[in-house]
Amino acid sequence: MIALDVAIKDKCYGNSDTVVLKDINFKVKPGEFVAIIGPSGCGKSTLLNMLCGLEESSKQTLLCNGKVINGDESHKLGYIFQQPRLMPWLTVQENLQLVLPVPKHGTKQHGTKQHGTRHKTQHEQIEYLLSQVGLSGKGDYFPRQLSGGMQRRVAIARAFSVNPELILLDEPFNSLDVPTAAKLRLLLVELCQNRGSTVIFVTHDLSEAVYLADRIIFMSNTPTSIIHQVEIDLPKPRQESGSRELVWQANLMAKYPKILAGKTT
Amino acid sequence: MKGIFSSKHTTIKSNTQQFFTALYSRLLMLIILAITWQSAAWYINSADFPSLLNVIESLIYHVNQGDMLTNISITLGRVFISFIIAMALGVAIGILMGCSDKLNELSDTLLIIALNIPALVTILLCYIWLGLVESAAITAVVINKVPTVVVMIREGARVVDQDLLAVAKVYKLSPSTTFFKVFLPQIYPYIMASARAGLSLIWKIVLVVELLGRSDGVGFALNTLFQFFDIAGILAYTFAFIAVVLVIEALIFKPLDKLTSRGISHDSA
Repeated sequence: MIALDVAIKDKCYGNSDTVVLKDINFKVKPGEFVAIIGPSGCGKSTLLNMLCGLEESSKQTLLCNGKVINGDESHKLGYIFQQPRLMPWLTVQENLQLVLPVPKHGTKQHGTKQHGTRHKTQHEQIEYLLSQVGLSGKGDYFPRQLSGGMQRRVAIARAFSVNPELILLDEPFNSLDVPTAAKLRLLLVELCQNRGSTVIFVTHDLSEAVYLADRIIFMSNTPTSIIHQVEIDLPKPRQESGSRELVWQANLMAKYPKILAGKTT
Repeated sequence: MKGIFSSKHTTIKSNTQQFFTALYSRLLMLIILAITWQSAAWYINSADFPSLLNVIESLIYHVNQGDMLTNISITLGRVFISFIIAMALGVAIGILMGCSDKLNELSDTLLIIALNIPALVTILLCYIWLGLVESAAITAVVINKVPTVVVMIREGARVVDQDLLAVAKVYKLSPSTTFFKVFLPQIYPYIMASARAGLSLIWKIVLVVELLGRSDGVGFALNTLFQFFDIAGILAYTFAFIAVVLVIEALIFKPLDKLTSRGISHDSA
């Protein structure tokens, strides 16, 4: 189980003096599903990158289970980037195999019985994941032979395949058709329930956040800070665009009509 | 699905067709060249310009004598060894320079100097310093080749996609997996290009090296033939060696091309 503790005073981008993130303080409980909503270009991706050690964060305090995040954490991490980021020279199957842990029973002898069964179970596991994202039978395709939406789904399968304890999602269901996106949201919910994963979910879509999250953090324009945090006290399982969810959303919007643009007033 | 499978069949068919058309047009060019040569030789009728038939005669003679095959295999051995060493060194240095700005700044001037030292000078110096030995010959060829490999590989390493390396980091791939499955495939095209350019440059330099300080190999044989003004013999040797290089291209580089452009080029399925 992963708990996060974020205290960012001011984060500049690269070597420039422009402050991207300012006074961002929040905690995430183990197994919590937090959605982050903010205007585009406000540094949400930078925040995610800091949470997994891809972005320099030594001057800030970012703790994961009480330890400073530096990218060497031992927990399993699934990160769904905005772009699919698949290796173009590997087939879909190999792209998933790449991130799966290599089994530890010693020798790499090919053709041994053990190796054979291991290979088969991993193969089945991948095939199952692909069927979950609606891509069964596409294992031997190269990424460029797939459409953009399909590549995105492979990336999602890749993130789920490692059974992550911490999942970072950067607008993962953008540009997917409605039924596929709905299916993948269900898959995400299922995965979180089984694994107790902690999730940080960046999105533009308020109804998506209301459907999935335990809490929503709203961000302002740059320099980005937290303008509002709200717990979603609706019972789970929720319904996508169900009446309770819509009412909740409407209430929030009535209270803060400009909140999606990064303003509380 | 159906569409993809049927298109696969048509590509196989058109591939064989394409192959024969390509072969035909290549052969046609060769035949035209041969006829032009032969008629020009008849027309000029000089000992300095042997006809194609004379060259073929000489080729058969040298093959039967046994010296040609020995010399070609010796030269090929030298080409092979220096090629491997030059590529390995060049790829390693190129990657280091491409990845580290500091190292690049430090050694950039050295690289430009190395690129511009005449091949002949390195060869002479190697023979003087190391003596007229095999290792001197190989060293000379390697020193000539490495800088050009470095330049190409460095460009490749500079444009490596950081986003994909981030993926490797997030999913905690081991350093060796990251290198071989994520980093290296991105510079395969650069390695292939420098290998291609490398082979042609190396075998030319090897001939010069042999001519200057070895007592066997194609370069040495050419030198001897030159002493006798045996122009047909020189041409026979040249063609024999070019034929060997063409075979290497077809047997090694073409399949490698397919392997390295996996998933990237249009026809890999």
